[in-house]
Amino acid sequence: MHGLVNRAFQCFLSDTFGIALWNAVAADAGLAEALGTDGFEAMSLYDDALTEAMLTAACIRLSRPRESLLEDLGTYLIWNQSLQPLRRLLRFGGRSFTEFLFSLEDLRGRTRLAVAELDLPELELEETGEGLFTLRCRACPPGFGHVMAGVLRALADDYGALVVLDHLGAAPPAPNGAERRLQGRNDEILSIAVHDPDFHAGRRFDLVGSEMA
Amino acid sequence: MDGPPHTLTFRLAPGALGHLMPLYLWLAPDGLIRGAGPSLRKIMGEAAMGMRLDRVFDLRRPRRAESPVELTRAPALRMNLRAPPHTAFRGVAVPLAGAEGVLVNLSFGHAVREAVRDHALSDTDFAATDLAIELLYLAEAKAAVMGELAKTNARLHGAKRNAEELALTDPLTGLRNRRGMDQALSGLLASRSDFALLHLDLDHFKQVNDTLGHAAGDHVLTEFAQILRESVRGGDIVTRVGGDEFILLFPGLIDYGPLQRVAGRILDQLCAPIVFQDQPCAVGSSMGAVLSRNYPAPQADRMLSDSDRALYASKAAGRGRLTLTEACGTLETIAP
Repeated sequence: MHGLVNRAFQCFLSDTFGIALWNAVAADAGLAEALGTDGFEAMSLYDDALTEAMLTAACIRLSRPRESLLEDLGTYLIWNQSLQPLRRLLRFGGRSFTEFLFSLEDLRGRTRLAVAELDLPELELEETGEGLFTLRCRACPPGFGHVMAGVLRALADDYGALVVLDHLGAAPPAPNGAERRLQGRNDEILSIAVHDPDFHAGRRFDLVGSEMA
Repeated sequence: MDGPPHTLTFRLAPGALGHLMPLYLWLAPDGLIRGAGPSLRKIMGEAAMGMRLDRVFDLRRPRRAESPVELTRAPALRMNLRAPPHTAFRGVAVPLAGAEGVLVNLSFGHAVREAVRDHALSDTDFAATDLAIELLYLAEAKAAVMGELAKTNARLHGAKRNAEELALTDPLTGLRNRRGMDQALSGLLASRSDFALLHLDLDHFKQVNDTLGHAAGDHVLTEFAQILRESVRGGDIVTRVGGDEFILLFPGLIDYGPLQRVAGRILDQLCAPIVFQDQPCAVGSSMGAVLSRNYPAPQADRMLSDSDRALYASKAAGRGRLTLTEACGTLETIAP
């Protein structure tokens, strides 16, 4: 798993639950021996087993189900002040939340354009009715759909849209996922109902951030 | 070829043209601006309509155009707004059928971020086919990634400095180790400044180790290191280069006077035995010194071997002494 993903989870744990909790998780998961005292580096690649060990240790330490912890991670990715660049990058997807949903199909390609080694799952959006969508996360790491649920909830709020989201569970990979099916991963499916795209004002977004000199 | 060539003409309503090319510019045959796409209107201001092209834009390539048709002969156009913020454009011009003038399509090129900021543009100001948004996205992604890399770099730099610090320090006494001494000595030699070098070891240290054990030996070394620290001046450098072997460097010395006083203080301190768990550990120190200014071209190896020779002269003369190496190479042993 890419260091950006691992480091994001590390920052989520230490920012949300304190550095002591992170240190305990790192010790439980045997990360200290593998990584040293700083934990994950953002621009390195790591064995998936390390990510899994961290996630398992965090769930045990916090007595939290995996799904809800991952969804909180997704929310954190959008709302944390130090991760504003990520929120901004996602907001480039479109003017409205609905437009943003359609841009999710470009997310994997856009991400690889920026960081070639960061291989996100393919996302497929299907419009099933007026304001009704299903999002299929193809052959994704287990629980990825819950992270997406957190991200989408936070972004719906960011856009000011009133949205109801459900994680519908995992499904065997759809037929055209041949290449990725080899990894033995399932698809995860979300249902998204956009009840009111302009429910409240949302947060302002300018194409060029205020930090640009 | 089927069909008559050169007869196909497009008729587009200005709104449709603006949708396709929000930064288009329509120039009449006389060089006046007759129309512009919605985004370009926003940038130029309505007052630009009907003005001559070169009143609104500063032409960079081609430098001048007597008539708009000349623009169509250039493979690419470059022009800047005359008014601040002097936004830069690149473009391409094609003649319009029926002597209607020239159509120019403009874009921002690499200056797109500045243009978006200066003119408060949004994605609706760009054609859906324009890659401007992708470029903005990439610029921000790159900044975010570079930010992460910079953080990683800072962390690694800190770790490297810590590791270097550790590698130059003797963990038992906290003094500089052999590497630390080598580094300090080469620094002094490289700066071509005067300095003195005092080489010392402990007399009877082996007996302490053999009779009272290594813990006692370590205690003696630690205490002796403390005596050395307390005996030197602020800028002097104290190092432990081996078991019971120490080297002191005295930057700025041109004679042995101050060094002799330091040696005297060290030997005075050792008159009272170091105590380890109620056991007295009687040790002394033999010393040999060299002065950099006694060498026409001082070198580390030569100075270290000369100071070692002087140290052994002190041992041979009965220990607990200091031997000074004179300019001619002769040794003078004194009991301070």
